[in-house]
Amino acid sequence: MNTLFDKIWDAHVVQKVEGGPDQLYIDRLYCHEVTSPQAFDGLRARGIRCFRPERIVCMPDHNTPTHDQEKPITDPVSRKQVDALSANVAEFGLTHYRMNDPRNGIIHVVGPERGLSLPGMTIVCGDSHTSTHGAVGAVAFGIGTSEVEMVMASQCILQAKPKSMRIRIEGTLGKGVTAKDVALFLMSRLTTSGATGYFVEYAGSVVRNLSMEGRLTLCNLSIEMGARGGFVAPDETTFAYLKGRPHAPEGEEWDRSVAFWKTLRSGEDAVFDREIVFDGTEIQPMITYGTNPGMGVPVTGTVPSLDRISEEAQPSFLKALRYMHFHPGEEMIGKPVDYVFLGACTNGRIEDFRAFASIAAGRHRAPGIIAWLVPGSWAVRRQIAEEGLDKVLEEAGFEIRQPGCSACLAMNDDKIPSGKYCVSTSNRNFEGRQGPGSRTLLASPLVAAAAAVTGVITDPRELL
Amino acid sequence: MKQKFNIIESTCVPLPLENIDTDQIIPARFLKATTRDERFFGENLFRDWRFRSDGTPDPGFVLNDPRYGGEILVAGKNFGSGSSREHAAWALAGYGFRVVISSFFADIHKNNELNNFVLPVVVSEDFLQEIFAAVREDPSAKIRVDVPAQTVTLVPTGRCETFELNPYKKYCLMNALDDIDYLLLQRDKIEAYESR
Repeated sequence: MNTLFDKIWDAHVVQKVEGGPDQLYIDRLYCHEVTSPQAFDGLRARGIRCFRPERIVCMPDHNTPTHDQEKPITDPVSRKQVDALSANVAEFGLTHYRMNDPRNGIIHVVGPERGLSLPGMTIVCGDSHTSTHGAVGAVAFGIGTSEVEMVMASQCILQAKPKSMRIRIEGTLGKGVTAKDVALFLMSRLTTSGATGYFVEYAGSVVRNLSMEGRLTLCNLSIEMGARGGFVAPDETTFAYLKGRPHAPEGEEWDRSVAFWKTLRSGEDAVFDREIVFDGTEIQPMITYGTNPGMGVPVTGTVPSLDRISEEAQPSFLKALRYMHFHPGEEMIGKPVDYVFLGACTNGRIEDFRAFASIAAGRHRAPGIIAWLVPGSWAVRRQIAEEGLDKVLEEAGFEIRQPGCSACLAMNDDKIPSGKYCVSTSNRNFEGRQGPGSRTLLASPLVAAAAAVTGVITDPRELL
Repeated sequence: MKQKFNIIESTCVPLPLENIDTDQIIPARFLKATTRDERFFGENLFRDWRFRSDGTPDPGFVLNDPRYGGEILVAGKNFGSGSSREHAAWALAGYGFRVVISSFFADIHKNNELNNFVLPVVVSEDFLQEIFAAVREDPSAKIRVDVPAQTVTLVPTGRCETFELNPYKKYCLMNALDDIDYLLLQRDKIEAYESR
């Protein structure tokens, strides 16, 4: 009661369906090329148009290649899906940041960056990482394609109201510990279903002190704990980030908006369905060893021994280790690595490239390591050049590619070969996620950079 | 596919693994389809568990085990975690599953199943383990899912549990109506909300 989640959700309830879910009004719908074509087909089959086209913003990101975007996509199946989005946005009169457009990038990087995602909004997209936009103080969550069609048809969605959870992380973070490590730590403690059924408010001094980029990373990974979404109450950090963004309010409207946004906080008397507190000083740089994001340990730690796994969970645990070719009790430090991927909606922002460059500077890519550095958007790509990070990284033997989802889920050409190990700043280490047979180790940009320059899993604190 | 629900009695396919994510249910490379062809997705359900890298069926995987079949999939805790891809629900429907039983479902996937007339049934962990044991013993053991009564019964032992289903969704499932049909009738309320 009286949580920020209640305030935003309740203000968007059009009506409560008798004996059923809430009919929730949606302020912003984002669409990409993978989960939208069948929704557009649905509208055509019903003979209807988008109800509020001005609230819908579309861009391809999953299939886009990370090189030669000025040329047509060579994979005919990917090209067809991207072309289908172009045709659909033209037919239905929607905003479109097409491939190679200077505004294009991964939806969850572009939305906040252009001020399209604002505090107090309800935001959805046919993509589970829509939780990212919660970092600006919005209720943002991923939906299925039938639900995308619902929003296109009515600007509403039928949805049971999730329960509320507050996760407070107090204290401070140690050297070399980033928002990604906080998220991997939370998942390792709560498991991938620990927050299922909940919307999470992140709070506490560690969260307050995170930059917007850090908050976007943290909220991005809410879904990996099972949460529908996660958010941070807007504050001066939020307002400073949003001011001057292309779609942020301006002039008097800005002042009015900030005055309203300042009211967006949980009451002193707020009651959460669940509240958890962690000590930030306990968190170490993290890495995953298994095939779900909850299977993480400190980078200096070991794969758990079998006696620490419950009987029902043992078949899945052993299946994961067989897939990864790891053994219970093994150390993570020193394990050889083949690929490094910096990017994705999790860690494809400017701060992530600064972090990677801080370790790469004056060092060199280790022999045999293949590294893909993929900015989350063209805006990030431009800022990398403005800050001269591209020079630093090139001197260290790293090439910066063009923006897109890339090797996070390998729908374009950026696939990790079967049996190869990839230290990846993305969000999922599921079997085959980065290509059939690929073995993913999730980590922060610092841990990724440390692996890239040494060729093995390394504690980044030794290189800072 | 929109179809009316009432009572389903069927053998089942047991998959006693926890945290089965939607990348396993349908790998990303099958997401490039631009149409909702359930047969295509059904053919590729659990693709990388069903088939070895040379394309031949893996006899160790339950969908390739001739002793098991039916309209009900029984899976370990936290089924459908990860990606929001509705293609996972299309694949389950396309393969012929009408019910998935587990002790816990991921939120987005659960909604996706319901929106595609695949019924997610939550049972206790204890009952789930009993079902796994019963069908391991006798693959022809049947399960009865009674939607009007909201009960699930393991036929050989008679053990029965009730499951949750809100009255609105129950009405939709029993009458083959979807949420869009409902929302399209609410335009006046939506416009009233917008002018608040």
